Amino acid sequence: MNDTFIKIRDVRFSRGDRWIFDGVNIDIPRGKIVAIMGPSGTGKTTLLRLIGGQLKPHAGTVEVDGKNIASLSTHDLYKVRKKMGMLFQSGALLTDINVFENVAFPLREHTKLPEALIHHLVLMKLQAVGLRGAKYLMPSELSGGMARRVALARALVFDPVMIMYDEPFTGQDPISMGVLVHLIRSINDALGLTSIIVSHDVQETAQIADLIYVISNGKVVSHGTPDEMKNSESAWVKQFINGESDGPVPFHYPAPDYKQELLGEVAC
Amino acid sequence: MLNLLQSLGKTTISFFERLGRASIFLKHILATIPSLFLRPSLIIAQIYSIGVLSLSIILVSGLFVGMVLGLQGYNTLVNFGATESLGMVVALSLVRELGPVLTSLLFAGRAGSALTAEIGLMKATEQLSGMEMMAVNPIKRVVAPRFVGGIISLPLLAAIFSAVGIFGGYLLVVQVLGVDSGSYWSQMQDKTDFMGDIMNGIIKSIVFGIVVTWIAVFEGYDCIPTAEGVSRATTRTVVHASLATLGLDFLLTALMFGNI
Repeated sequence: MNDTFIKIRDVRFSRGDRWIFDGVNIDIPRGKIVAIMGPSGTGKTTLLRLIGGQLKPHAGTVEVDGKNIASLSTHDLYKVRKKMGMLFQSGALLTDINVFENVAFPLREHTKLPEALIHHLVLMKLQAVGLRGAKYLMPSELSGGMARRVALARALVFDPVMIMYDEPFTGQDPISMGVLVHLIRSINDALGLTSIIVSHDVQETAQIADLIYVISNGKVVSHGTPDEMKNSESAWVKQFINGESDGPVPFHYPAPDYKQELLGEVAC
Repeated sequence: MLNLLQSLGKTTISFFERLGRASIFLKHILATIPSLFLRPSLIIAQIYSIGVLSLSIILVSGLFVGMVLGLQGYNTLVNFGATESLGMVVALSLVRELGPVLTSLLFAGRAGSALTAEIGLMKATEQLSGMEMMAVNPIKRVVAPRFVGGIISLPLLAAIFSAVGIFGGYLLVVQVLGVDSGSYWSQMQDKTDFMGDIMNGIIKSIVFGIVVTWIAVFEGYDCIPTAEGVSRATTRTVVHASLATLGLDFLLTALMFGNI
């Protein structure tokens, strides 16, 4: 069995004139938790969409379990996606059905399991994220953090072999954050999943990740274990891990000179 | 002049590009419909949401339109002593034209805009993306049931509109203005042909159902996923669906009843 579950090779992807990725190479080992980190707007969510086949790279390949995602037919892509779970940044819960039905949704769509079994499976997943008591609430009655936990239960309900987390810790209180961090690690180890976490929360992510990739300006600027990253001499990594404003990673979006613009010397 | 030509060319290309995308979208919807009939509950839920919940506006509008037709017809025909023809005038106006057309316009405003806004907001809140990642085809799960629900609902609403309109005409003409009840119904029965009038009205309403619902679901699915994008798409649905209804009505009327 190949130990690299996801292989990203020389991927280039642009939006308009701006290159989001310009020759990105990433290897995600089977059964590990890999964190993708980087400044805002660096294309981390786009990377998850490329892996999930919702976007196609302009050049290069994204292979999941040996299959080139961009070359799959819709039917085959959907077969691969049944093995993927994805936690969206917004939760992406269906707003016209309650929490229980949201978690049951993949089971009802893809299986003919008896109602009693669906009930048990859904309650197990909701119990794991601490929201069994909220099963009859509508998504509009949940906070952002709760919605993401429900979305996590939904992502897990079909027992995927791989799961992608897009900012799972955003909006969580300290208690939920701690539970989630351990939950992601324990789910990964117990079920032998391959997990990809896109996050800005450096400390929490470093606690559970086996491998960290730092992306900036369309390229992988560094990668390694959390310890290697903490001790890295790379200015890019140091700036990001320590949250420093000064360094090679620009805080400002590209713009003309500030003074000149204030003085009206820059053409609009 | 050059700018005008350039702008005209751009608009034309953009129109055909959108028409092409909408046609491919329709092809994808049609491909999923056979499997949809294995899950009729999805269609029934949409018939309720699109059709049943539109009933009140259809009933009230139909009643008033029938009464206005009766009143206007009475004021004209009374001068010629031909008020016994009022049943025929009201029925033919409704069954051939006003039933399908006004129902379609009301449907575009009430259900079409709701369909666009719902699908557009599902896109903006990543619900459609979420379905795709759960290996659920959103066209099959979200769009196709609404499309079929709309096509089934509109002809039924148009039939109800016409029936209520005829009843509204009866209330005004017979009960208020005192025209003979027997004349009202018998003239209507004599002069209304099932194939020539009623069937043509049904065909019109089916065509309007297809076009209005197609525009509504396409605009929702194709919108820019922002508040402004959804708002513009909703407006476009009502405008395009209304214009399409009126344009197609002329075309169908010319084919069915005209001597062009």
